[in-house]
Parts: sequence; C-alpha cells; structure tokens
Amino acid sequence: MRLLSARLSARRRHPLAGLVVLLLGLGIAGGLYATVAPKPAEANAAQQELVADGRKLFLVGCASCHGKNAEGIMNASGSQQGPPLIGVGAAAVDFQVSTGRMPMAQTGAQAPRKDPLYTDEQTEALAAFVASLGPGPAIPAAEDYDYEDATEEEIVRGGELWRTNCTACHNFNASGGALPDGKYAPSLVGVDAKHMYEAMQIGPQQMPVFSDNVMTPEDKRNVIAYVKHLEQQDQPNPGGFALGSLGPVSEGLFGWIVGIGGLVIVTVWITGHGARVKK
Amino acid sequence: MSQQSKINAPKSVSGPVTWLDDRTGLANLANKKFLRKVFPDHWSFMLGEIALWSFVILLLTGVFLTFWFKPSMAEVEYHGSYELLRGLHMSDAYSSTLDISFDVRAGLLMRQVHHWAAILFIAAMMVHMLRILFTGAFRKPREINYVIGSLLLMLGILEGFAGYSLPDDLLSGTGLRIAEGLIRSVPVVGTYTSFFAFGGEFPGDDMIPRLYMLHILLIPGLLIALVTAHLVLLYYHKHTQWPGPGRTNRNVVGEPFLPIYTAKAGGFFFIIFGVTSLMGALLQINPVWKYGPYNPSEVTAGSQPDWYMGIAEGLLRIMPGWETEVFGYTLSWNVLLPGVVAPGVLFTIALLYPFIEQWITGDKREHHLLQRPRNAPSRTAFIVSLMTVYGLLWFAGGNDIIALKFDLDLNWITRFMRVLIFIGPPIAFIITKRICLGLQRADRERALHGFETGIIMRAPSGEYTERHAPLSSTETWKLVSHEQYDRPELEPAVDENGVANPASRRSRLRSKVWAFWYDDDVTNVSREELEEAHSHTDGHHRAEGTEVEGADEPSELEPKH
Repeated sequence: MRLLSARLSARRRHPLAGLVVLLLGLGIAGGLYATVAPKPAEANAAQQELVADGRKLFLVGCASCHGKNAEGIMNASGSQQGPPLIGVGAAAVDFQVSTGRMPMAQTGAQAPRKDPLYTDEQTEALAAFVASLGPGPAIPAAEDYDYEDATEEEIVRGGELWRTNCTACHNFNASGGALPDGKYAPSLVGVDAKHMYEAMQIGPQQMPVFSDNVMTPEDKRNVIAYVKHLEQQDQPNPGGFALGSLGPVSEGLFGWIVGIGGLVIVTVWITGHGARVKK
Repeated sequence: MSQQSKINAPKSVSGPVTWLDDRTGLANLANKKFLRKVFPDHWSFMLGEIALWSFVILLLTGVFLTFWFKPSMAEVEYHGSYELLRGLHMSDAYSSTLDISFDVRAGLLMRQVHHWAAILFIAAMMVHMLRILFTGAFRKPREINYVIGSLLLMLGILEGFAGYSLPDDLLSGTGLRIAEGLIRSVPVVGTYTSFFAFGGEFPGDDMIPRLYMLHILLIPGLLIALVTAHLVLLYYHKHTQWPGPGRTNRNVVGEPFLPIYTAKAGGFFFIIFGVTSLMGALLQINPVWKYGPYNPSEVTAGSQPDWYMGIAEGLLRIMPGWETEVFGYTLSWNVLLPGVVAPGVLFTIALLYPFIEQWITGDKREHHLLQRPRNAPSRTAFIVSLMTVYGLLWFAGGNDIIALKFDLDLNWITRFMRVLIFIGPPIAFIITKRICLGLQRADRERALHGFETGIIMRAPSGEYTERHAPLSSTETWKLVSHEQYDRPELEPAVDENGVANPASRRSRLRSKVWAFWYDDDVTNVSREELEEAHSHTDGHHRAEGTEVEGADEPSELEPKH
C-alpha cells in the first residue's frame, strides 16, 4: 500500500496525470448524476405514449377553446374563449373532465356538472398531456382523501373548517348556494371525495384555492370526512323529510301550503257539516 | 240544588257540580245567554281559530321545552349523542337545544311541533287579518278589536323572532346580527341602544337570557292578555255575518256556542293539533345541529329568517347601498330605510286602515253585516296591492334560493324587484279593481235579468234567444242588499260671515279621495229597477214553474242608502 502511494506520488508529475484525474472526475460525476438526477420523461415509454394519446384527444376535443398548445384563446372582443392550461396540473383536468364540466356544452356563467364525456383512460391521458406542459397539482392519491377511518375529533375539526370556509357558498348542508351574476356553488351531495379534494386544491370556477399552506392535506381530508358524515347521518334524517335542506325559505313554503292550505280545507269541511246543513 | 234533583243526575255528578256551583255560581252563568252565544257558519270565520289553537299548542309544547332548555351563553363542551359536534365548545343554550333534539325523549318532536305551530300561528293571524280587511269586518264597532288583532300580529312576530334566536345556532346568531344592525342604523341612539340590548359589544353574554325572558314571560303574557281582550270583545260585539234573508245588523243567525259550536271549535283544536303533530313528525324544521354553534365569523348560504320576517329580509336585500356621512358620522340609509322605516310604514298603514276608510266615508254607524270583497272594489284592490308589496318582498328575501333552484341570475332578480316593488302594486290595484267592477256588473245583470237557463228559443222570425229565469229572492237579496256611500257634502269655502272656512280645504280633499275610492263603483240595483225588470221578465221570459218570490218582500229588497 505504502508502495502504491509512493509510486503514485512519484508519478504525479507525469504528463498524463492531469488527463487521468479529469477522466476519473468525469466518471464519478457522471455515475452520480446517472443514479441521483431525476429521470427525464423520455425514460418512461408508457408515460410518453399516454401524453401522446392525451395530445390527440386534446386537439380534437379541447383545442378549439384552449388552443392547440393549451395556450388559451382570446376572442376578438378581448374576452377569453378558453383559459391557458399550462401549469394547471393533472388535478384540474381530472376534476373538470371526470365531473363532466369540461367539455362545456355551451358558454354560460358557469360550467355545470353533467355526465362525463370521456372514459377514465381518456381522462387520464388528457391529464397526462396537460401535466406535461408545466408543473401543477397532481391527481391526489387515494389515501389523501380516504375519510373512512377519520376519528371523531378529526370529523369535528373538519366541521369547524367547513362552517368557517365553505358554508357561506355551499350551504350548511352542502345543498349549494347562489353567487352573483348567475353563478353558483354546486351541491356537494353525492360528490366523490376525490373531486372535493381536487376542488380545494385547484379552486375551479368561482371557488377559491385552498392550497396546502392554507389548508393542510389532513384538514382537507377532515372537511371531506365531515361532509360525507353529514350525508350519511341523514339516513334516516332526524326530524323527517328535510324539505331540500335549504333553510327557512322552504320551511315557510311548506308551512303555508301544507299547514295553512290544509287547515283552510278543514275549515270548509267543518263549516259545511253543521247541524243545519241538509244534504 | 232543586234544579239538580229535577234532572235526576247521578249523585256522583250532581254532588261535585252542586258543590262547585254553591261556591262559584257557575251554573248561573251557564244558564245565561253567555253559552247560548250564536256563531254564524262560514269557513272564513274559522281562520282566527287556527291562530288561537296554534297558540295553545305553542304554550303546551313551549312548557315542555323549558324543562330542558338552558338559557345561558356560558361556554360548555358538548358531549351529547350527536357525533359531528362532540367535543366542540358552544353555549349552554345551543348544547341544551342539541340535548332536546337528540337526548330528551320526544324532544325533537316537541321542538318541531313548536316551530311548525309558530309558523302556523303567525300565518293564520295574517290570513285572518286579510279576511277581516276583505269583508269590512273592521268597521264600527270593531275598530278596537282590529287594533288589538294587529298588535297581536306584531307581538307574534317579535315572539317568533325571539324564539328563532334562542337556540344560539349559526342561523339564530346571524338573525341577531341583523337585528343588531337594524338597531345600530337608527341615528344617534342606535349604538347606545345596541349596547344596552346586548349588554355590550355583540354578541355578549346577555342576549340569550334576555330573549328567553321576553320569549317565555313578557310577550306570551301580553299575547294572552290581548287574546283574552280580543275574545271578550268578540263576545261583546257578537260575530259578523254574511248578508242574507233574515240577517240584519241587529241579529246574528248561526249556531249556539253550546253545544254545536263548542263541538266544532273543540274538534278543530284536535285537528290543528293533529296537523301540527304530523308536520312536526314528518317535516324537518330548523335542523340546528347542521348549522353548528354560533360564531360571528361564520355564515351559511340559505340564511333566512322564518317566513314572517321575510319582508324585512327582502327589503334589506333589494335596497341599494346608500350611505351619507354627516359630521363624521355615517347614516346608513341602506339599513335604516328598509330595516326600520319601511316595515314601520307598512305596519302603520295596516293598523290605521279602518280609521282611514272611516274618514273617507264619514260612516259612523255600526256594521254587523259583512261586505263581499267585490262590493268594495277600491278597498279590495288596495289590500291586494298591499299583498303584492308583501309578496314581492317575500320573494326578494328568498332571492338566492330562487336563483339557485330556478337557474336565475341573482343580480337580475334584485334589479327586477327594485323596479317591480314600485310598479307592481299600482298594477295589482288596477287589475283587482277592474275584476271587482266586472263582478259587480255581472251581479247587476243577474239581479235584473235573472240567470241564464241554457234554453235556446227560436222566434218565428228565426231569431235565437236564450231564456233567462228570475233568481230566487234569497239570491237576489244577496246581490242587491249591499250599501253604497254618497259623496260627502263639501263644506262651503267661506262661512256665513264671509270668512274663509278652514274646514273647507279638508272637506275638498276628502271629497277627492272619496271620488278616487268610490266613483267607479257600479251603482247598485234600485227597488224601482228591480220591479221594472221583474214585470218585464214576467211578461216574456218567465220560466215555467218559477215563482218570483222577491215581490213578496219588497221592504227587504230595498237597498239602504
């Protein structure tokens, strides 16, 4: 060993010594890079194929409003035909397409929820394509929104967050509410936990974004757990038929129609059947 | 004692009855006219009874609720059976409301029956009031009773609002916040009054106990006193009746209080109790557990008051956001006008209407016969226009729910209402008045020419005519017996000394209002016209076997002027 180091030391001024050191350095750096650095997209052939499929679908179904490269299209009047989709992320595509909001059937104040037009595979491809254009929120993993094993404490916390942040638009029972200029916060009854999670991530349409800094992933899950339990707790509903869970407006309507209406019919019956009325 | 032995009642009955009678004299009372009071039969006379009986149900269920409700804003941690709120900090009031809903046997049913009965109570008072207005039952001697009734309605609304605020859930807190805003919008004294009412800054710790006192003691006490006065006056005045043969301003035709009317009214109580119980059992009302405890930083879509406060909500929602700054103080017209001034004006108009009409007609006589709404066209039209205002504001108060459920634009509903609230009532007035006048003309036609028999006759010349048959005297009486007012005489512009008469200007105004109110009315059939028409009918188109009975009672057929 001593011999080797002595020999190396003796040859350190050899004309080829610099070259050897350079080659060694390059070799180590290259090896490290190959193992540590992120793999480029091209590395995954299946993913590349998905993006290509997504691009095809996008060009057919989405490009007319969002532009061929998802750069967005402005109308002649300066208003937006469709917003740019670069950087919206896979979560946005998954939310909009799998709830049927996109593609829109017609322009309007807001894209309504309807039956989805694309299959799950097609939606995945579209999401992959849009995600490939720029970094954005990814589709949440199933465990992010799995509310089934939420503890009671977590559900109650979700309820507090729900009442503080969500009920103003979505209503105390998640029945939905009106917003200015024909827009609305939709009902959340029967909505997938995944879509609720994505909506908080991306803030679709009128909804504000609840980023992970504002509302942690755990809190997002807690809110979902509360809404889902609110729905389950309604089976059967304590107190009877909920009249649409819209608050006092529908209660007043029923009070007048069923209550006063019914009792007025009774008054007609009572006064029509007196001792003096001969049939 | 001797009376009891005469009817041979079993001793088990006669004993206690005699004991009671000896000490209270109740039998004497029962023998008198008191229990033989006559009530005429008509469905619309039962509407007030819906209110009365729902009030009884409110008292019964309310007592039940007080056993468990804790009127305190002290903070407690919830540990009841409702899982989604367990461990949360909330007021004792809200926590005990949750306990009533989930842990007290029949508590939720009682709460819901109480709430539905409250909704019915005020709705019934309102339809009852409309019946009184439409039929002219507020005229002398019943003006005081009308005023008492209006106060009952107002107190009922306050009572309802206090009850709505008690559970201290998100909805009641939001309602209280609006009430606080209304109080504060009053210039100068508003802020002081608000601090006085809430015991400091909103929401404070005092409001729930104070509202509780109002809700279970003060307002119900006033309500009971006024209801009693209302019923005593009803007894004293006797009930009004629809005009008909044998019915005059000096008699009442109907059924005696005992036994028939008692059976009907008593039975009606059980029907109303049944209906409210069914509603309480089947229809969920105010699910407080879903609203969560009140927290001033929270609010929910679908925050509305109960229906009877809906017009105040509607007024607030359609009012533009006008504010003025005076010497550094803000005058909130956007709250003051819709929240305080407009409801006050509407209520005052309703309260004073009997006196306004009396001033126009100058009629100081007693009236116990009702008017058909068509025979007072301007009054009917006026009430319908008030109802239009009410309905539009009601609609505006639910604008978000309407926008959501009918896919409408919230802002356009508001804009639409801002215009319609001014042009809707006059349109309603004109349309209603035209309908009334049309009905009056049809009545006149029917009284003079009889009813259409459906028999088509062909004359030798080939002309087709329909045979008209004269009405029975009963029918005719109903069509022609109503009174009409003459235009009040104008005071001379100058008195006998040639000095300007101060009463003249007022009398001219009154005359003008009179003309607006009554000039268009279709002139009632006079006795001469009726006799003339009958002789005409007799000669030509008299249906076989039909007798003209009206001719037998000419004095009754004479319309009174």
